[in-house]
Order: sequence, then structure tokens, then C-alpha cells
Amino acid sequence: MPQSTLAHEPQLKIERAGNKVTAVLTGPWTAEHARSVESLAGEIAAQADRHHLIIDLGGVQRLDTLGAWVLDRTRHELGESGLASDFVNASQEQHILLNEVAYRGFQEQQKPKPSRFVDFLVDVGQTVAGAGSDLVRGVAFLGELVSAFLRVIVHPRRFRGTALVNQLEQIAYRGVPIIVLISFLVGAIVAQQGIFQLVKFGATPFVVDLIGILVMRELGVLLTSIMVAGRSGSAFTAEIGSMKMREEIDALRVMGLDPIEVLILPRILALIIGLPLLTFLASIAALLGGGITSWVYGDISPDVFLTRLRAAIGFNTFMVGLIKAPFMAVIIGIIATLEGLAVAGSAESLGRHVTSSVVKAIFMVIVLDGLFAMFFAAIRY
Amino acid sequence: MLERRHPASTQDREVIIRVRDIEVGFGEKTILKGLDLDVYRGEILGFVGASGQGKSVLTRAILGLVPKRAGTIEVLGQNLDELSPSERRMMERHWGVLFQQGALFSALTVKQNVQVPMREHLDLSERLLDELAMLKIEMVGLKPDAADKLPSELSGGMIKRAALARALALDPDILFLDEPTSGLDPIGAGDFDELIATLQRTLGLTVFMVTHDLDSLYTVCDRIAALGEGKILAEGPIEAMLASDHPWLRSYFHGKRARAAMAGGA
Repeated sequence: MPQSTLAHEPQLKIERAGNKVTAVLTGPWTAEHARSVESLAGEIAAQADRHHLIIDLGGVQRLDTLGAWVLDRTRHELGESGLASDFVNASQEQHILLNEVAYRGFQEQQKPKPSRFVDFLVDVGQTVAGAGSDLVRGVAFLGELVSAFLRVIVHPRRFRGTALVNQLEQIAYRGVPIIVLISFLVGAIVAQQGIFQLVKFGATPFVVDLIGILVMRELGVLLTSIMVAGRSGSAFTAEIGSMKMREEIDALRVMGLDPIEVLILPRILALIIGLPLLTFLASIAALLGGGITSWVYGDISPDVFLTRLRAAIGFNTFMVGLIKAPFMAVIIGIIATLEGLAVAGSAESLGRHVTSSVVKAIFMVIVLDGLFAMFFAAIRY
Repeated sequence: MLERRHPASTQDREVIIRVRDIEVGFGEKTILKGLDLDVYRGEILGFVGASGQGKSVLTRAILGLVPKRAGTIEVLGQNLDELSPSERRMMERHWGVLFQQGALFSALTVKQNVQVPMREHLDLSERLLDELAMLKIEMVGLKPDAADKLPSELSGGMIKRAALARALALDPDILFLDEPTSGLDPIGAGDFDELIATLQRTLGLTVFMVTHDLDSLYTVCDRIAALGEGKILAEGPIEAMLASDHPWLRSYFHGKRARAAMAGGA
């Protein structure tokens, strides 16, 4: 370990004898001392005049590629301004190194710098075109999925039952605790805020209608879809993306297996089955939360709560939430899969696509919910 | 072919890596038991052994990537266990590692990859940073236009070269190579061997090369150490390997592939 040399600094002494200028270098001329190596090299260049410059390497303890590069660069630049210089007393290793690094200019690859305005326009254009092609790819992929599904129905033996059960466990079963918990809390919070507002009108019992309709129609399915997009959508994208990075998807293809049948169909079917189940549980948990809060804050006893609830909501209220769930599942599944298949080479790309899978899925879930709200209002369901 | 130097006596040469009585294992399984190994300054040591015998494990133990259960490792005369964190950082400047898959940072260009260790460990002006990175990229035989490419745009051989450029970024004393020629075509592998030998001479490197490539062993390695049963089975120049009568070494160095390599290399 050159502990002792590290304490030393590279040094330079200029000796003038007659018409000869000698730069005597000592100490380590290495990357550790990059700044002083560079400034000393500048001094050598400044000392050079019409006389022949000799650079004496005899006292250099260590020379690495950085030192050799800077020295040879100095010599080269002096040469360009018409001043000759030579290295003397270089050891054999130093000679080899100086020859190997042999200074040459690296021409910078000039990258055109377009204006910010043009960049902005390009960005907007790309985003719009991207959204359009996303839509086209999404619809095309939906078609592929349906055709894969039909193939599987015709040849039931090709259906991956085990994969479906495994995915159901991952998506639905393991998601139950967190989804039930957040639904319970949101139900409780909405009930509490509802009571605070309704009490001003003496209409506290109507909090049951509020909770019942809101939870059954909207909150249950929305909370569940958003959680599933975050939990399972991201997992799909990451799984499929990393399988694509490692050519596992190509491996499936060359073995005559259809990646859509093997990987994607079980996942999307599991989503379609799992999401309504989770939505049901989420709605029940939210009603429970709302019921407990109504009891605590609004003095509405459980049997009153249940009686009012039965009057407030009909079977259609319950169905509105449940009908939406499979559509949410398909949207989440398609976005997650497409983003996963779009992953390219780098780890950064994987991260970017997982993020955009979750963001797009949550956005589309909310848009779809809005469209459904308009639809159900129009058909008065 | 490259000229091979034969270190006449190893007694008077500086030991740059000294591994003594090292034991490494995972769970119930012990992979290295009581292994001793010396690497001398300025040599290219080829490290061979059957798959799963712990070649990579030893490399990773020396680099501190896997914990060892017993034994000492000295690098450049310093016991790695006794280093303070800052001394440890200093030590890491003295070695460069070429991982088997290159392990280039996929989000950075080749040039940025080479500059990562320079930025972390050295105080360089931007101009020097650029010039040195380009110099290293050229030294490993890549074209300048490869500098601005991302690892995903490179071929297997180019990835190895770019990773080598990054390993050389800090002018290390020791270069660890994990199967440097695996995945390269024979011509590319031969070129890469030659590149390593050239760099070893110009930069005065000590090279620790884990390899399966018999051609590499014949053409560039000064000394070979063979690993088996958790220990070094034999070490010495290729002649000593050929003379050994250990069954694994016999089948390794006298098999069909070995004869072909000997005909071509020696």
C-alpha cells in the first residue's frame, strides 16, 4: 500500500542551463493528485519558450494513465504552438504507458440543442400520439385476449387452472386484509363527516342512506380497484417486464407456448373473478365502519341502522357496484400487461413502466367509473 | 501469440493478495475450507475449477461481497478485516472488477459508466474527466461512438470491453476478471485475452482471472491455481498443471478440448 507516497505531492522544478529548459518532475503523478498534476502541467507549458524543453521523469515515483495523459497532452499542445519538448529519464514502464496513452484530441460529438419551445411542442405531440397508440394497442390487445379466451374454451386442456388459482390467491386472498381495512376506515370517516353535516338539519338518520348508497354504488368498487391497481397491476407489470428483459417470453414463444395463454390470461381471469369478490368484501367492511360510527356519533343503534339500510338500498344499488368490478379488472389487467410488454433493456425502463402502469390504471378506473355513473343515470338504474 | 513470461522463482516476488485458511459457507454447506492462495504482483493468475466449486465465491469473499467464517485475507499487505471504513474505501480504489455479465449501469451511457468511479473517488476537472473516460474506452478497443451508447445497445463483446474500461477507470493495481471470455466467440475471446495481456503490461496490473477458457490459460496466464474440494488442488504454470495426476486436473487438462487448445495455443 503506497501509504507513504500518498502523503507526497507531485512537484515540479524548472532548471535553466544555457538555452535548455529542464522541467524536473518528482513525486507521484497520479489520479489522486489530479488537480495539482493539471496545474503543474500548466506551469510547464508556461515555462516553455523558444528553447528546447526537456521533461525529466527520473524522479517520478508513480505515473498512471492520468499523469501520462496530462503530460503527453502538454507536450502535444506545446508542439502545436511550435515548441519542441522531450521526455527524458523515463523508466521502461513509463515509456510504455506514455506510448499507450499517446495524446489525441477526442472530437466532441456535437448534439444539436433544439429550443425549449420546439421541445415542448415535440413533447405535446408525442404525448398525444402516445395516448392514441395506447388506445389502439389496448383495443388490439383486448381482441387478442378474447381470441385466446375462446381458444381456451374450445380446448379446455390448454387452460392453466393452477396458474389461475395461484393468481387468485395473490390478487384476491392476500389482498383481503388491506382492502377490508381501508374500506372500513373510509366508511367510518364518511359516516362521521355525514353525521356532522346532517345533524344541522336534524336529519341524522339519513346518514344511513348516504353511507349505503355511496358505498354500494361507488366507494367499494373504486377503493378496491385503486388498491388492486396499486398492488396487483404493478406486480403484473414488473413480472412480465422482467420476464421480457430476460427473454423468458421469447423462450415461451419458441417452445410453442402462447405467452398470452400462459401468463396473461390466468392473471386477467383472476382479476375478473377476484375484483368483484373483493368489492363485495370492501362494501361490507365500509358499511360496518359506517354502522359503528353511526352508533358512536349519531346514536343510531345497529338494528335501526339495518332497518333503514334495507329501506334505502335496493338490489340494483348493490348490483351497480358489482357490475363495474369486472370492467375495472379488464382495464387494470390490460394496462398492466401492455406496460409490462413495453419494458426494454434497462432497470430504469422497468421502473418507469411499473409507475406508468399504476398511474394509467388508476386514472382509467376513475374515468370508467365516471362513464358508468353517466350510463346508469341515463338508464335510471 | 503473446510472449509469456515465466516467473523463475516466486519466493522473492511481492505477494499482492494473501489468502490464508479461509472458510466460506452458506447455511449448512461449506464451500471453501481452509483455502490458502498467494497472488504475486504483476502476474496473470488463472483460477480454474469445476462449476459450483466456489471460484466466484472466493473472488467475492476477497472483494468482501460474501462474508467469510474464518481465515484472513490480505491485499497489498493489509488485512481486510482490520481496515477502517475510510481505509476500506482507499482499498477499493486499488482494485477493479469485471463481472461476468458486465454489470454496467443500464441507465447510464458507456462513458458515464466509466466516469462513475472517477467522479466518486477523484477530484477531476470536467475536461480531464471526459478525456480520461474516452482514453479508457479507446484503450479497451471500443470505437469512440460507443461512448454515448447505452448498455442495452451493445453486443456481448462490447459490454465486456465497456465493463473492462470501467474496471480500469481508477488505474487499479489489481484487476479481478470473472470469466472474461465467456459468451464471446473464439476470435473475440482471443482478442480479449490479448487485450488483457497488453493492458497488464502497459498498466502494470496484477490480474486475477476466473476462467473456464483453456485458450486463456494457455496464452495469457502466468500461473494457474485449480480449485476443488474447497481447497487449492494445485498451483503453478501450465506445465505443472499438465504434470499433475489429480483426476480432475487430468481430465480438465488432458481432455479432448484441452488437446485442441494445446495444439492451437502452445
